[in-house]
Amino acid sequence: MLTIVTKAALPVGEELKIQKNRLEPSGGGGGKRISIVTGIHGDELEGQFVCYELGRRILEHPEYLHGIVDIYPALNPFGIDTVTRGIPAFDLDMNRIFPGREDGDMNEYIASGIIRDLEGSDLCLDLHASNIYLTEIPQIRINELHRERLLPLAKKANVDFIWVHGASTVLEATLAYSLNSRGVDTLVVEMGVGMRITKEYGEQMTDGIFSLMRELGIWTGPVAEVRKPIVSEAADDVLFLNAPCSGVFIKDRMHGVLLEKGERLGRIVNPLTGGLLCEVKAPASGWLFTIREYPMVLEGSLMARILDGKRYAQQRSR
Amino acid sequence: MEQKTIYEFGAVYRDTFRVTGFYFGTGEKTMCVVGSMRGNENQQMYACSLLVKRLRELEEKGRIAEGKEILVIPCVNPYSVNVKKRFWTIDNTDINRMFPGFSEGETTQRIAGGVFDVIKEYKYGVQFASFYRAGSFLPHIRMMKTGYENVELAKQFGLPYVVLHNPRPFDTATLNYNWQIWETDAFSIYTTNTERIDQASARQAVEAILCFLSKQGVIRYRSHDGYISKVIESGDLISVRAGAAGFFESRVTVGEEVVRGQLLARIMDPYTNEAKCELISPVSGVVNFLHDGAMTYENTAVFKIIEEEE
Repeated sequence: MLTIVTKAALPVGEELKIQKNRLEPSGGGGGKRISIVTGIHGDELEGQFVCYELGRRILEHPEYLHGIVDIYPALNPFGIDTVTRGIPAFDLDMNRIFPGREDGDMNEYIASGIIRDLEGSDLCLDLHASNIYLTEIPQIRINELHRERLLPLAKKANVDFIWVHGASTVLEATLAYSLNSRGVDTLVVEMGVGMRITKEYGEQMTDGIFSLMRELGIWTGPVAEVRKPIVSEAADDVLFLNAPCSGVFIKDRMHGVLLEKGERLGRIVNPLTGGLLCEVKAPASGWLFTIREYPMVLEGSLMARILDGKRYAQQRSR
Repeated sequence: MEQKTIYEFGAVYRDTFRVTGFYFGTGEKTMCVVGSMRGNENQQMYACSLLVKRLRELEEKGRIAEGKEILVIPCVNPYSVNVKKRFWTIDNTDINRMFPGFSEGETTQRIAGGVFDVIKEYKYGVQFASFYRAGSFLPHIRMMKTGYENVELAKQFGLPYVVLHNPRPFDTATLNYNWQIWETDAFSIYTTNTERIDQASARQAVEAILCFLSKQGVIRYRSHDGYISKVIESGDLISVRAGAAGFFESRVTVGEEVVRGQLLARIMDPYTNEAKCELISPVSGVVNFLHDGAMTYENTAVFKIIEEEE
């Protein structure tokens, strides 16, 4: 059933509407509720395929559905429409305005309506792609404050990597933080790259959602066996590699590979002169789970994230 | 006056990115003033340019106290100003959400970190700031309540109002917040506009800084004492919200005194020009903020009013 979660009148002949599709057993009958949200950032489209595929598979076998699946494919419809990460006209990052305010400006009002509608979910997945600059291995990021509740769930989500990161005051205005602090278990998924759909990752994530639905008793049909993820919990597990100079990045290695210390990930070149400006090399051995996708770089641009090789080996040997 | 590049890095197709500082006097790091950090903050840079001119004249006349140094940085982000983009050119990040910065981090973290390393030890810090929402302000000093804020000192700028507000999560990465944490007495000055230049309010802001410096014995300057500042909490400002979306036709100006029941604005239907709603002042007071867009969205706070005391 399609419903409007919240809406606001726009100046000229249009309404801003946040929509959802509720899938539930034909006779109703309650059961648990999972909510899948995506599109907070208008340039992140990986979740679009997941929402479609989730709905398609459920409609193919409605007999296995024993709970509620709410699909919210576009929390920031203006951003998606204008190929803009934030909320156009306001230059606001929508994932910095939660929980919003019922009596606030239009965006705060919309944010509060979204939170109100999601409250009561037994589990929420907030699907992000990376931005347009980076490609990411399918992963779940967990604020250490919510580790205990979320880590066991994340392990059943069929991702390759779980990153438990430190708390940050700035992140308190995210959708996930707002929901987790209200008792709605919410997993943040990052995968793929901005402005594109990686079908393989979409299918992997959809399998993960069915696994979680089975765990919650929402789905009784067959589910794929889930991957055993690498889990990073120590702050110094992850190496951040930034551009040592400005130029054009020519990538050598794909995300997901193991790197030796000193191995080249790519080069930064100057097309004007035909010169090599610098080589980007792994500062230590490890697993490349994030790689620069957008070629133009300035000094400091994020080029890669590498999981410490020892941590990777430890986890893989278990 | 000494002009120095305080932070720079190279690029392939653009000129070197440079942050330029103007130093006056030598000795104790006494005051740092920062202008535009976003590409649309023309008024903030303009106010700084006026300040540079005035300080240069004062220095030439020997009116900067011995052993006191003042640094003015008119623009932290020339790359964005020059292409008329509000946030950072490549990734749209906001330098004023990157403090205290990180020298090994991403580009805007490095800029914030490189600049903060230079400015963090000043005794007083002033930022010409802008609001995320398009509109005009009554010039005022704005301070975050971090536990380190010095309200009595803020009154010495002699601006009519000092507005206090509780930091929100994103405020913790702003310059003002981090200055306070590093024990600089930090103040944000809001002048009337952001993109368009308002010469009168820019001059008023510069005068306020000179008045403050004079009261601290940093410069010898004959200024008027300014206003006896009224301290208000941002939560006490009365918001008047648009009851509908449409053309916004204000009937009052910023700084104007209004009375309870007065018509402040009409929202007009963009197709038929019929009034969709009238916005009436719920209190008597002074208009502190006025939305200046041709249109408004529904529920936008289009006025903020400082209620007059009983």
